[in-house]
Amino acid sequence: MSEASAILALAHRDFIKLLRDRQRMVADFAFPLIFIGILGTSLQAGFGGNSNINLLDYVFTGVLAQTVWQSSALGLISLLADREQDFSQEIFVSPISRYSIILGKILGESLVALPQALGIIVFGFILQIHIGPDQLARMALALIVIALFGGAFGVIVLANLSSQRAANQIFPFVLLPQFFLAGIFNPIQNLPLPLDILSHIAPMRYAVDLLRDAYYGSTSRIVLSDATTNLAIIGGLFVAFMVVGTFLFVRAERNR
Amino acid sequence: MIRVEDLVKRYKKAETNAVDGISFQVKAGEFFVLLGPNGAGKTTMISILTTTLSPTSGGATIDGSDIVREASAVRRKVGIIFQRPSLDQNLTAEENVRFHAVLYGIFPYAPTYGLMARGYRAKVEELAKLLGIARDIHKPVKTFSGGMRRKLEIMRSLLHDPKVLFLDEPTAGLDVPTRRTLWEHLTEVRRTSGTTVFLTTHYLEEAEEADRICIIDKGKVVSFGTPDDIKRDLVEEYVLVDATDRSALRDELARLGHATSGGAPFKVQLNGHTVHSILRSIETPLSVVKTHTPSLEDAYLEIVSRTGE
Repeated sequence: MSEASAILALAHRDFIKLLRDRQRMVADFAFPLIFIGILGTSLQAGFGGNSNINLLDYVFTGVLAQTVWQSSALGLISLLADREQDFSQEIFVSPISRYSIILGKILGESLVALPQALGIIVFGFILQIHIGPDQLARMALALIVIALFGGAFGVIVLANLSSQRAANQIFPFVLLPQFFLAGIFNPIQNLPLPLDILSHIAPMRYAVDLLRDAYYGSTSRIVLSDATTNLAIIGGLFVAFMVVGTFLFVRAERNR
Repeated sequence: MIRVEDLVKRYKKAETNAVDGISFQVKAGEFFVLLGPNGAGKTTMISILTTTLSPTSGGATIDGSDIVREASAVRRKVGIIFQRPSLDQNLTAEENVRFHAVLYGIFPYAPTYGLMARGYRAKVEELAKLLGIARDIHKPVKTFSGGMRRKLEIMRSLLHDPKVLFLDEPTAGLDVPTRRTLWEHLTEVRRTSGTTVFLTTHYLEEAEEADRICIIDKGKVVSFGTPDDIKRDLVEEYVLVDATDRSALRDELARLGHATSGGAPFKVQLNGHTVHSILRSIETPLSVVKTHTPSLEDAYLEIVSRTGE
């Protein structure tokens, strides 16, 4: 009971911090809107007629999944910032389990990421992207899974970094290739073998595909794998990232 | 209450040990001070004892719980005030307290103050009054002064009734009046709660009131005992005397068997005698009498200068 309470308290703290940081809220919303508004609209205008798919819808679903996944992953880095400001000491000297700390952090960063999704979906309506109520319900569930998955990915990256500065330097290299390997803007059905292997290794691929499955339906040729396969892979990776990441992070903290 | 045995810590890539075979014990209810210059290993010691850092070898127990094998039990038994403030600046004072209360399982979580348990609200109100921040308890911590933040941290750290309160240079960076107020507050806390207090500091006046002091330098214990023990063992006590007839005084001191060092004025070592008995034994009319009562600062400077050699 006290572990569950502690997890909720940790998550609540992150959410409060978001509400009190207006600059961060504006920045969090602006970036995906630029991607969808400018890139999506221009791709559809330029190439949409020649392809069989609506590129605005395609970029919208890709960016929506990527934003939530990435926001949650990057949010975990605040554990490093906490350590540098010595706030994490207060958390790490408390008697709760280290796994509860990480789980609370993932939950908190998911709560931070999901309002961004809401903003992007509202923007999608403005751009006249059609989202039916059943699609919306499926997407909402998928986005919750994606946010938690992104947080777990953040843990495994975080476990191998020593400072916020290192994280800021490393994260673009970990994230940017996944933008293309996960097919946020570009279809990845017919990649050359080496890129196809890398695409299958990129965790973001499964997050994006899960959301596209929720939006397009599993019979669509845009969707790479069915929801069950994606969920199984995401579940496996979530547990692995959590267990290994927490173990490595705590070990690095104590064995300085 | 605290038992430390041959504790060693060498940081990764370091060539020397930050803590180098330290052993000592602290009794329940004691006010214990770990004293030493910057870089002596004080914060490393506290980090190990509070389980946030693994020792390289050796071990320690807090109230019978092993710091490595029973880390979670140790964490329940200790409260900590870190060297650098560990309050979340984005939260209000009450939110910081609530966060702590929930992490330590004292009260279940609720998203707002109003929804928290009645017992919690009563406790917060009582503590806020005690600290004189009843009106500011719902204001962000970043609007608080340095002294106020420290007081809030102390209040927070005592919320789960720890058996040992660790204070890692709690007054560093505070001005003198704030330091004094904070110290009065801590003394009061110690008097009412009976908590064992483990303090690291390099302010000597804060160590004068200690039950026992452990002085460390370069990761090793260089002196251990009560403030009086340390002063007595490490600093010479003497009386300076001089006379118009110096040669007569020199001869008389030699005849009486008093150990002197240097020239006039003559430094007569007390060696267990009182100043009064020494002065009574001298018949040569004295022109100068100066007593030297060592302070802890003298002892400390003596120790640190010795280890620096």
